[in-house]
Amino acid sequence: MREDVESTARRTLTRSTRILGALQLDGPLVLGLALIAVYGQFVLYSASGGDWNTVVRGSIRLCIGALAMLVCAQIKPGQLRRLSPWLYLVGLVLLIIVDAIGYVGKGAQRWLDLGLFRFQPSEIMKLAVPMACAWYLRERALPPDGKTLLILAVIILVPTLLTIVQPDLGTGLLILMSGGLVVLFAGLQAWIIALLGGASVAAAWGGWYLLHDYQRQRVLTFLDPQSDPLGAGYHIIQSTIAIGSGGVTGKGYLQGTQGQLEFLPERSTDFVFAVIGEELGLLGALLLLALYLAVVARALYLASQMRDTFARLLSGCLATIFFVYVFINAGMVSGLLPVVGVPLPLVSYGGTSMVTLLAGFGMLMALHANRKLAA
Amino acid sequence: MAARGRIKDLWREQRLFEQRAITATVLIGLLAAVLVSRLHWLQVQRYDHFTDLAQGNRVRVEPLPAPRGMIYDRSGAVLAENRPAYQLELVREQVKDVEATLAELVDIGVLDPDDLDFVRRAIRSRRPFDSVPIRLRLSEEDMARFALHRHRFPGVDIRTRLARHYPQGETAVHAVGYVGALSESDLERVDREEYAGISTIGKIGVEGTFEDALRGRKGSRQIMVNAQGRPVDREAVLDEPLRTVAAKHGADLYLTLDLEVQRVAEQAVQGQRAAIIALDPRNGEVIALVSRPGFDPNSFARGLTRAEFAALNDDLDRPLFNRALRGTYPPGSTIKPVVALAGLEHGLVTPTTTRACPGWYSLPGSSHRFRDWKRSGHGSVALIEAVAQSCDIYFYALATQLGVERLQEFLGRFGLGGPTGLDVGGEKSGLLPSPAWKRSAFKRAEQQVWFPGETVIFGIGQGYMTSTPMQLAQMTAVLAMRGASHRPRLVRALRDPVTRVETPVPPAQLPTVQLRDQADWDVAVQSMVAVMQGGTASRAATGAEYSIAGKTGTAQVFSIAQNARYDESTISERLRDHAWFIAFAPVEAPRIAVVVLVENGRSGSGTAAPIARSVMDAYLLRKFPPAPGEDVDTAIADTGDGE
Repeated sequence: MREDVESTARRTLTRSTRILGALQLDGPLVLGLALIAVYGQFVLYSASGGDWNTVVRGSIRLCIGALAMLVCAQIKPGQLRRLSPWLYLVGLVLLIIVDAIGYVGKGAQRWLDLGLFRFQPSEIMKLAVPMACAWYLRERALPPDGKTLLILAVIILVPTLLTIVQPDLGTGLLILMSGGLVVLFAGLQAWIIALLGGASVAAAWGGWYLLHDYQRQRVLTFLDPQSDPLGAGYHIIQSTIAIGSGGVTGKGYLQGTQGQLEFLPERSTDFVFAVIGEELGLLGALLLLALYLAVVARALYLASQMRDTFARLLSGCLATIFFVYVFINAGMVSGLLPVVGVPLPLVSYGGTSMVTLLAGFGMLMALHANRKLAA
Repeated sequence: MAARGRIKDLWREQRLFEQRAITATVLIGLLAAVLVSRLHWLQVQRYDHFTDLAQGNRVRVEPLPAPRGMIYDRSGAVLAENRPAYQLELVREQVKDVEATLAELVDIGVLDPDDLDFVRRAIRSRRPFDSVPIRLRLSEEDMARFALHRHRFPGVDIRTRLARHYPQGETAVHAVGYVGALSESDLERVDREEYAGISTIGKIGVEGTFEDALRGRKGSRQIMVNAQGRPVDREAVLDEPLRTVAAKHGADLYLTLDLEVQRVAEQAVQGQRAAIIALDPRNGEVIALVSRPGFDPNSFARGLTRAEFAALNDDLDRPLFNRALRGTYPPGSTIKPVVALAGLEHGLVTPTTTRACPGWYSLPGSSHRFRDWKRSGHGSVALIEAVAQSCDIYFYALATQLGVERLQEFLGRFGLGGPTGLDVGGEKSGLLPSPAWKRSAFKRAEQQVWFPGETVIFGIGQGYMTSTPMQLAQMTAVLAMRGASHRPRLVRALRDPVTRVETPVPPAQLPTVQLRDQADWDVAVQSMVAVMQGGTASRAATGAEYSIAGKTGTAQVFSIAQNARYDESTISERLRDHAWFIAFAPVEAPRIAVVVLVENGRSGSGTAAPIARSVMDAYLLRKFPPAPGEDVDTAIADTGDGE
């Protein structure tokens, strides 16, 4: 009787492993992502004030993301590699179009309206930039030499700047970081890293004068939220109150006063982490963080198993950038970092980031599944 | 070429990547630790602090106004109460377009276009999510009309609030006072916090003076609000009960007024400009306080339009003017009994001292003739006869003998020249003139001189001297009590409406007026009895079942030229003399002191005395005139009377 149960379980397990294998998916990684997604939808129901509509639409987005992951997982590494420069070029053209429209229309422009749906070309660049970098480095000796680095700098900085002038500082910095991570994984020498670090500090001085007023305000408000409690500081103050008042065990699901009474702005999008902290407490936040770390660890493990440069660099970047998203969002909501519009991966409602994220994981799994075919 | 030519060392690159991956893992672990420590700081170390902040966010304190105390007369008849009133209220945050909504409300006829400015101001000055009254006291018809269109007005609704109501209408309005809309100037002198949630304040009379006692103490209620300040009622988000501090009801006031006597007094002067005060001389209780014409206090409680207020304010008869407390008139002959007492006190006359009255009086060395009201004179008169017949010549001479200083000092002992200290504010002081006063009151040197002739007419209460009806009532009460004096008061007791514990306001004794010889009081009282028995006011005493002591008086509105005959028909009604009458009864054990002033009433005996009689009849005998509408006998006596 017991053996029956065990064997049934084992058979189910082996069968699902076989199905996942056939679909070129990695079981533990998919499980981790799925747990985060389910947790996210659970929190979203509360964060939207008990609105099923939000949960349904969020789930639809998740399904689209899952589909994108599934599709990307079927791409052969060779195809992916060949696709990389083209994706980059298309993204670049779209970015320029968006900037041009924004310039003519005299206002912030991030979206491209395609009739059926709108999407952000900068979102493509979050994938296209690391892909192009990895593609460029695929046959070059590592660590990269000076000329290679110069070209990489161009590949990374052009879309970064095009995004920042939209203006979308947050996404621009994420693009910069995703390209930079590839370069770091490519073995950038320590002294260059130190040099760049020094240079970026200097650039921060200079960059201050190039920032838009509202961007400067964000930085200033981050440094002292109380200076503008009803204006720009409001977000940070309210989200730290929400998290802090949650305590260890939280106020209970659907019981967060900060979130439910709408003191917390953007509670179902960028600030959803504060809802978790308030209603589910330190334990709820740690659980989510643990799931994220598990996904990152698994992705890094998969990346380290890969044999060719392109796959390794791209996978390493995709794994790490996922954590960067988490850190920036959670850091912003808990008052560690300035407010930049970065959603909490797989939890925040809306935007196209969920699709690109899952598509990235699809690619990672495709690369891993075909690691022996590569090169 | 050198770079490209470098041979890829796959093993080395693999190791390099693994190194970097390990570094990344360590960095990720460190950053995760930073996040966790941040969460620990927020959620564990600073938990209490942030809990307080979250609590402060969602809880708002809302004032709970206390029900205003009721006002009763001495036997418990309601003078002021609170009634539920239906009013239209608007919550700005729930109305899409305030202007359009107001315009539509005017269209359907529930809002007066004249009130729009006021309504707009009220809407602007309220806190978020406060319900602003935009139309008070809806009629049944208005309510029906609004109900029909209700669906068109989200954010506008009919609410029930307690509003002040005066069931007696105009009756006793100058004593009770009224509440009116809390104005900006009111807010500057009161504690704004105490008036949160209240839109009216006591303006005059008992309502004004006893505002603090009547208002009570407001309570407060914590309510849960969302970020926009809108109250929410979701049990799911309640983790602890919200506190409510109950309001402390305003105290009920029991007045000394006798509503029935008050009514009789008011009816007696219906259609006239007059003041009546009836005091209980034994304790200073105000039995009746009349100032006519009056007005309906309910219109103030309801909120007057600018036009309505202007109509009241510009009325020639000045209905808003409290003649009883604030009207200052020459007291005329009513002070003669006191001047007589002054003569006795200073040993200048005795009851038997007689004086010849040829109808005129001249100061030594002057040809100016001060006339008696009776041109032919009274012949030889003694003190009591002089008061009874109101002989002016007797008092011209006595005043001259006394001199202005002694006269002023003695009249001052009876409370003249200063407020009586009535517990309701607003009293005027009147004027007891003196040479010192004249020096400070006039600028030019030649006007600052006190002339002997001014002392002469001071003796019959003319010239500069003025008094309020309240002061003469107090003087009469002191005469009645032979010197004993009490502070007049309108409020007899306060009662806590919840515990029903009554706190009486004890009578306040004032310093007794001391005379060298107590028998002098009897002379003064006797002289006033004589006024009613064969004296100037004997007709008013006809058939009285109790003994009355009284004194008539007339106050000149303007001086008559020398040797000119007083011709009533040629001067307008407004320039006629004011009629005075003071009285107390029963003489042996006085229970009531009455003062009647009828502006341009001409005759103290003919106009004022019968009114005082009807008030005394009502109070002492509970005898009331038949019907309210019926005219009280105001026979105009053609017999001359005192001046």
